[in-house]
Order: sequence, then structure tokens, then C-alpha cells
Amino acid sequence: MKNRDRRERVAVAFYKALKNFGTALPILLGVVLLIGLFKTYVTIDMITYVFTGEPFRDTLIGSILGSILTGNPITSYIIGGELLKDGVSLSAVTAFIVAWVTVGVTQLPAEALFLGKKFALTRNLLSFIFAIIVSIATVLTLEVIT
Amino acid sequence: MGDKTLLYGFYFLFFVIILYLLLFLLNPDKIYKSIHVVRNIVIQLLPVIFLVIFLMGVSNYFLKPKTVMKHLGEKSGVRGWIIAVSFGILSHGSMYLWYPLMKDLREHGMRTGLIAVFLYNRAVKIPLLPLMIYYFGIVFVIILTIYMILTSLVIGKTIEMIIKTPS
Repeated sequence: MKNRDRRERVAVAFYKALKNFGTALPILLGVVLLIGLFKTYVTIDMITYVFTGEPFRDTLIGSILGSILTGNPITSYIIGGELLKDGVSLSAVTAFIVAWVTVGVTQLPAEALFLGKKFALTRNLLSFIFAIIVSIATVLTLEVIT
Repeated sequence: MGDKTLLYGFYFLFFVIILYLLLFLLNPDKIYKSIHVVRNIVIQLLPVIFLVIFLMGVSNYFLKPKTVMKHLGEKSGVRGWIIAVSFGILSHGSMYLWYPLMKDLREHGMRTGLIAVFLYNRAVKIPLLPLMIYYFGIVFVIILTIYMILTSLVIGKTIEMIIKTPS
């Protein structure tokens, strides 16, 4: 009897999990489809083109681009490496890779739906601002240490 | 909330499909490429989706509001922050896959700041560190990682000050 109760509780727990995740599927699929478009339409050349050579402005641009673009962090490292080779400043590249993984403009509708609009907007805005601060702090610390 | 989420989800999906159809009319090749990219992403995500569903099931079974409140709730203290940081660093897959679980945990009593900390620390990925070191050097990676973990705590605290109650 006890085993049957436990089995029922396990079944209910996983049914609830499946149901909750099922509810999330349309929006998650929408996000994945948007990422597919981004990956096809935005090239590394396009990204390199928008940087100006002015360190602070480039750091801001890096954070904006990292916030809009999305995908596996590995992609951001590869793009970041290419940007460095093209002479883009380290703080701009750092802001780019930090914003890439912490800010999610594409995922914003999903985040707002699950965790609340205010939470999603505040978290993304703070992450955007801190991408700039963290990048400047990292580069300054690196300069002091090395 | 479930019905609302599903409805908005379908609206959003519908909007994206319309966007695909419009872009298909302009440049079919790019859309075929996008669909190929989407297929690859979905294949990569499948194991994480199963992991998330499994964790949601386990949390539904084991985690009672009282337990979540104790370890991740208002009075969880330093331990709560450490758990959120560690869980964020150790979790895998795309951030958006974790939203449903975070929503579940918040309904069980997880504090808002810790959700922000978890999501921010998803950026610190131990398996990817060697690659990051290859591109940017070990000193850079160590400094950046430390700053990012510290920043996650600042963001968590700030969010709690801004959002007193779940929105």
C-alpha cells in the first residue's frame, strides 16, 4: 500500500513536471526559431563592421551586440577572438562575451512570461549595465596585474 | 497562469512563424539554413530538456515549500546564495530551458534574488573555461570569473531591493 502511494506520488510529480514543461514548449520553440534566424542572418563581418575604434563607445557597442545576439558561449569566444585580431579593444570584446551569456533580448518574452515582466526587464537591464562595468574592471585589473 | 503562459506562447510562436514565412518569400535559402540551424539546436537541447523535466519531477516529489524556504527562501542566508551560485555554475544548456524550473521553485518559496543569481551564474561554465583560456589567457579568465560571480550577488541583491514581491 505504501509502495503504491509512493508510485502514485512519483507519477503525479512527473506528470506535473511534463505538464509545466509542455506549457513552456511553444515559447521555447519560438525562441529557438528566432535564434535560428539570428545565426543565419548575422555574420562575423557584420559584427566587426559596427565597432568604431573608440574604446568606451566600443565597450557599449559590445554590450549591445552581446545582448541582442545569442547562442552557445563558444560562438561568442570565437567571434571575440576574431574581433581582437581585427583590433577591437579587449574591454569591448569582454563586454560582448559577458552580455552574450548574461543578457537575453531574444529570450526576454520567455523570461517575462515565466518570471514576471518586472523581473525579466530589471535583470536584463542590470546585466547589460554590469557587462560594461565588469569588462572595464576586468581589463583594468588585468593591466594592473600584468 | 498555465493557460496564460500557453496562450502567450502560441501567440509568440505564431508571430515567429509568420516572420519565417515573410522572410521565406524574400530569401528561401536563408530560411532553409535557419531551419537547419534550428534542427541542430533542438538536437543539442534534447538531453538538457530531459534533464530539466527530470529535475522538475524530482523537485515536485521531494521539495516541499518548507524545504525550499529553508534552503533558498528569505531566511536561507549565506547558504542560499552559495547554493544559487553553485547550482548556476553547474547547470547546463540554454538559460531559457531553466525558466520553468525557476518558476516552480519560486512558487515553492525560492527568493527572487537567488533566481537572478542562478541565472547570472549560468554564464560561468566550467567545461568551457579551457576554450576561453585558449582565446583570452588564464589570468583574464580568472579575473573575469571572479568578477562575474561577485556581480551575480550584486544583481541578486539589487533585484530584491527593486522587486519586493514576485511580479
